[in-house]
Amino acid sequence: MKFDVYNIRKQFPILNQKIYNKPLIYFDNAATTQKPQCVIDALSNYYSTQNSNVHRGVHYLSQQSTTAYEDTRKFIASFLNANSDKEIIFTKGTTEAINLVAYSFGKRFIKDGDEIIISGLEHHSNIVPWQIMKEDRNAVLKVIPITSTGEIDIEKLNSLITKKTKIIAVNHVSNSLGTINNIKEIIKQAHNHNIPVLIDGAQAVSHLRIDVKELDCDFYCFSGHKIYASMGTGILYGKEKWLTEMPPYQGGGEMIDRVTLEKSTYNEIPLKFEAGTPNVADIIALKEAIKYLLTLGYENIESYENTLLEYLTKKLNNTEGIKIIGISPKKVPIVSFNINKIHHYDAGVLLDHYGIAVRTGHHCTQPIMDFFKVPGTIRVSLAFYNTIEEIDIFIDSINKIKKLLE
Amino acid sequence: MSIQEKENQLINEFGQFEDWADKYLHLIAWGRKFKKMDEQYYQDKYLIQGCQSKVWLHAFLDENNKVILQADSDAEITKGIISLLVWVYSGEDPEDILNSNFEFIEKIGLKEHLSPTRSNGLYSMIKQIKLYALVFKTQIEKKEK
Repeated sequence: MKFDVYNIRKQFPILNQKIYNKPLIYFDNAATTQKPQCVIDALSNYYSTQNSNVHRGVHYLSQQSTTAYEDTRKFIASFLNANSDKEIIFTKGTTEAINLVAYSFGKRFIKDGDEIIISGLEHHSNIVPWQIMKEDRNAVLKVIPITSTGEIDIEKLNSLITKKTKIIAVNHVSNSLGTINNIKEIIKQAHNHNIPVLIDGAQAVSHLRIDVKELDCDFYCFSGHKIYASMGTGILYGKEKWLTEMPPYQGGGEMIDRVTLEKSTYNEIPLKFEAGTPNVADIIALKEAIKYLLTLGYENIESYENTLLEYLTKKLNNTEGIKIIGISPKKVPIVSFNINKIHHYDAGVLLDHYGIAVRTGHHCTQPIMDFFKVPGTIRVSLAFYNTIEEIDIFIDSINKIKKLLE
Repeated sequence: MSIQEKENQLINEFGQFEDWADKYLHLIAWGRKFKKMDEQYYQDKYLIQGCQSKVWLHAFLDENNKVILQADSDAEITKGIISLLVWVYSGEDPEDILNSNFEFIEKIGLKEHLSPTRSNGLYSMIKQIKLYALVFKTQIEKKEK
């Protein structure tokens, strides 16, 4: 199938606008992706025809809303190839999903002196929750180093594992460098020692088809807004055996079985972890976003995005003074780089005036910036609606900026 | 020149550029001409907490009770804006600084850099300049009592 990017772009109303009188070039997709019309319609449709609280009312709208909400759970379970929809928890994002596991898993399984392993390639969201938990449980946090190409150095993992290691939490794809880590190998090694693994998949799911059974991960999390759905939704997949044993994360409505003023008993999974009114509209719209991705086809998306990545990398490498940071052979279309002697902030401000949205700074990964000894980078993160022409304009703008700041 | 006069001069100076790129070039030129901060102030304790570019700011009260500002940044655009701020406000009375609204930044078309979401430290820098002015004003009042 030919990937008709111009036709696809028509599905994303926001792309058709001008910024400072120049056509918008949106290269900040790792921060958040734009939304196709079907997602916008799903939100509008929900509030126009279905809005009602879930799991509570006996009335018609509440039934409809609950059905749509629970259908989405089943849909996500099948999308991820989970064993059952009980293994799918709705959260407000990847960050909340990781915090949930760090808190609940930690409370149940981590004791004084136990160890947690993360990597040096993590987003702050997969560092800080473990630091908080470690303080709370008096545990030890160990870090798998990264290689000079910007990958998790898997060879170093084995020497970090001890009898006290209770969980390993790593990212699937690095948000600041784009590296696709060999998580299958990490999971295999961890399981040799019966250690569960959490995968932060925030940057993976928009580019790669995920099969949790094939990966055999114990937890996998991602955010809806980074896969073309609206903001405020996240998915935590967790193996039933863990979720069942873990205590609730927050208390409130929905997550209870029976409440007396003295003591409460809790609902079964997944509702045990969903206290309070969930973000029903956005969760239902998430299903539409994933359906849209499946219609485009992951193989097509991957192959087109790889073409963009190769083209962008080649063009940047041919531009004098550019240094790309993170040169793993396996990457999603994210490229982090610096321009000789030019501060990333200056570049970002000037690119903005050329209508180009990029992210500059440390990308919430200060340890990675420290490792490469840079204060920050310019990060281009592409999506399947970006074009070769946009990359050409971008490279042209980089050259203009170099001249301006000479 | 009073603060107001300096602000008006900058508004006129930057008003002549129609093309944004020319305006930025002029701003960057300001930063490059700008007197460097004394070496001993390039320390973390003088850093203003900003996410992207580093901004150092040091202030003291001279013998005439005027606020003297010294500042720098590792990014050129930020340094340009800093040089304008220092030129306008350094050497002025704390009271006059406190009474300024810093609106000239907006008037010369650099409003975007003032937004706290830009996280470039400028918003915090203006807050910090005002804070210094307030501290110095209190010091002067105490001395006078």
